[in-house]
Amino acid sequence: MTHPASHSPSLWQRHQIFEKNSIILVIGILIAISIGGLVEVLPLFYLKSTIEQVDGIRPLTPLELTGRNIYVREGCYNCHSQMIRPLRDEVERYGHYSLAAESMYDHPFQWGSKRTGPDLARVGGKYSDDWHRDHLRNPRSVVPASIMPGYPWLEQNLVDISHIGENMAVLAVEGVPYTTDMIKSAVSDAKTQGSADDASTADFTKRYPKAISRDLGGNVGRLTEADALIAYLQLLGTQVDFKLYDDKANIR
Amino acid sequence: MERGSGIMDGITEKKLSFGELGLSFVLALVAVGAIFVAAKAWTPEFAFHAYLFAAAAIAGVFAIGNRYFARPAQTPQEIDGKPNYNFGPVKFATLAALFWGIAGFTVGLYIALELSWPVFNLDLPWTSFGRLRPLHTSAVIFAFGGNVLLATSFYVVQRTCRARLAGDLAPWFVVLGYNFFIVIAGTGYLLGITQGKEYAEPEWYSDSWLTIVWVTYLLVFLGTLWKRKEPHIYVANWFYLAFIVTVAVLHLGNNAAIPVSIFSSKSYIVWSGVQDAMIQWWYGHNAVGFFLTAGFLAIVYYFIPKRADRPVYSYRLSIIHFWALIFMYIWAGPHHLHYTALPDWAQTLGMTFSIMLWMPSWGGMINGLMTLSGAWDKLRTDPVLRMMVVSVAFYGMATFEGPMMSIKSVNSLSHYTDWGIGHVHSGALGWVAYVSFGAIYCLVPWLWNKREVYSLKLVNWHFWVSTIGIVFYISAMWVAGIMQGLMWRAYTALGFLEYSFVETSEAMHPMYIIRALGGGMFLIGAIIMVYNIYMTIRSPEPAALGTRAAFVPGE
Repeated sequence: MTHPASHSPSLWQRHQIFEKNSIILVIGILIAISIGGLVEVLPLFYLKSTIEQVDGIRPLTPLELTGRNIYVREGCYNCHSQMIRPLRDEVERYGHYSLAAESMYDHPFQWGSKRTGPDLARVGGKYSDDWHRDHLRNPRSVVPASIMPGYPWLEQNLVDISHIGENMAVLAVEGVPYTTDMIKSAVSDAKTQGSADDASTADFTKRYPKAISRDLGGNVGRLTEADALIAYLQLLGTQVDFKLYDDKANIR
Repeated sequence: MERGSGIMDGITEKKLSFGELGLSFVLALVAVGAIFVAAKAWTPEFAFHAYLFAAAAIAGVFAIGNRYFARPAQTPQEIDGKPNYNFGPVKFATLAALFWGIAGFTVGLYIALELSWPVFNLDLPWTSFGRLRPLHTSAVIFAFGGNVLLATSFYVVQRTCRARLAGDLAPWFVVLGYNFFIVIAGTGYLLGITQGKEYAEPEWYSDSWLTIVWVTYLLVFLGTLWKRKEPHIYVANWFYLAFIVTVAVLHLGNNAAIPVSIFSSKSYIVWSGVQDAMIQWWYGHNAVGFFLTAGFLAIVYYFIPKRADRPVYSYRLSIIHFWALIFMYIWAGPHHLHYTALPDWAQTLGMTFSIMLWMPSWGGMINGLMTLSGAWDKLRTDPVLRMMVVSVAFYGMATFEGPMMSIKSVNSLSHYTDWGIGHVHSGALGWVAYVSFGAIYCLVPWLWNKREVYSLKLVNWHFWVSTIGIVFYISAMWVAGIMQGLMWRAYTALGFLEYSFVETSEAMHPMYIIRALGGGMFLIGAIIMVYNIYMTIRSPEPAALGTRAAFVPGE
């Protein structure tokens, strides 16, 4: 292509400003990569329709939070999703599709991206504590064809709850509605939840409505990592009562 | 930075530079601080990491001291009118890439065996799939890929600017600091230290360390551009720059977290739920777009023209493809969240841009492939060039498959299945690893001053063994993924779900074995490469002047 000298510089010639000035190139790159991210991320923080209005979502109890941290530590999200899609087979296999509200206090989210094992978003209450214990120790003892690793160390390790209050305090700063009362009684709440007929169960369930509180391990007085993880698994997907939830009200 | 030219008459006295003194002082402070943290750490795992920081900082001080005694008073920027290139850090990153490559492929093979036969998990925390899988992904993406990008970017920016790398200690700090980050991240996964965000597992202190290293990397790269003797910034450097800048933005955005205490490895990401999901995949998909694509496209733009001895096919196409690629990639993240609780408008935007992204991706592929115009015959004789060209072909295939999988109706089948794993590996093995292998085969003889790699025949073996391995791998994953997706949604005539989950899992078994076989062949190919590189470096024959690139100008 030839341009008569009188013409204004072509687009290709104008582009030379990026090729000859590294700072202008950096600014150009920053502008190009900012637009998409801003458009897709920012509205999620202020559009009210992003998270449904639902009753029943409460922050995790100290023991459930400890269990969740073990879930993260062992990398369970590498094989298990916590996000049921609104597809016929998923709803029939796993239960009601997941709501954004159900993970609104999850730092970080654990929706996952791969189902080497089944979805866990509504695993709570589907199996007994004993089943979970056996399954964690040796998955093939209850599901012979399972390819899940065994986690025998979880029921050998006593759970470390000494710093769980500090953990909750950080989450409170990030917007999880933990009260100072909850943070103060974190350690005792964790012990209460993991034992049957504890005297302070009434106080505990006032702070965490509908939370289970029982001897999770069949090993009185020993609170293990397996107990904490089971407390978390038994909670998953049980907070919203879908008999009362109105799907139509939240169509977005 | 002092410029060592001109003062030939005066005797320059050797002094500790400001950088040497300053960095030694900072490292000494880090060592003291780390020992203090280690003493009060809440867990032995975190104490171990704090001691690693202390040991690395002390080693850094000693290294600076040793280097001071070994170095001349001033490092000349030019020798006899030619740039005095700084290839030390490039060599280190090249060898580190080989080391981490073998490590990452081996862990990948091991976890493939775990999925075939769970007994390989050994019932131990450190060897269970959930901890080893992040070790595999980080080792291949950030350790192998990252070192390839460090090595090639530091090489290319010097050659295309005809200037010595900016900074004296800074390039070494970037290369060693980055590899230290890898060690912290990798040992952390084994010990159960993780943020629980895919491809962003390292905890707050590793992330902070990486931030310091990465900003230094950007400054070294920009500083070298500022010293350039060429009026134009070469196209490969645009891609490197976009990769460095964008990865910094993504890293900071996705890893925003509050640590529980400086004595604890645990932190909590400030984002939660649906917003965290969006930010995670904004990061995750652009780790693919900028780390694994833009950076490696830069390799295409330098190494393929060099090896083929042909100019880049179209300068204008490279401009369009550059801006379109970096603008559109950023939008594609939500395709990882189809049919989830992410609002539909965001999913639709993500899908739309993912489909459009097909065009700039193929623009890059065409520019890479057509660079061979007039040199196609070299594919028969030069296995190194063949490897790079096949990598561009794999790039074209993966960037067609990706937009297709981002269509919601396709995604409803493919998501959560092994099809995703197959897609990632056709990109990771076929595209990223192959173009990296090609670049390493070019780079090592250039850096160690040899005429050619030790054996082109072995390169040929590497090529064929690993290509067959890739074909096994991705075909097995296509079959596994589509089959499992169909089984999940299969209904009986009476309207019940036909298969329980574990039945669909059992059906994967043969494919998982074939996948492990493919991965094993890929690893064998890489081991052949390491032997070849080792023999190249230790071969006594230097590059004879004039044997390479002695082209006679045309009439």
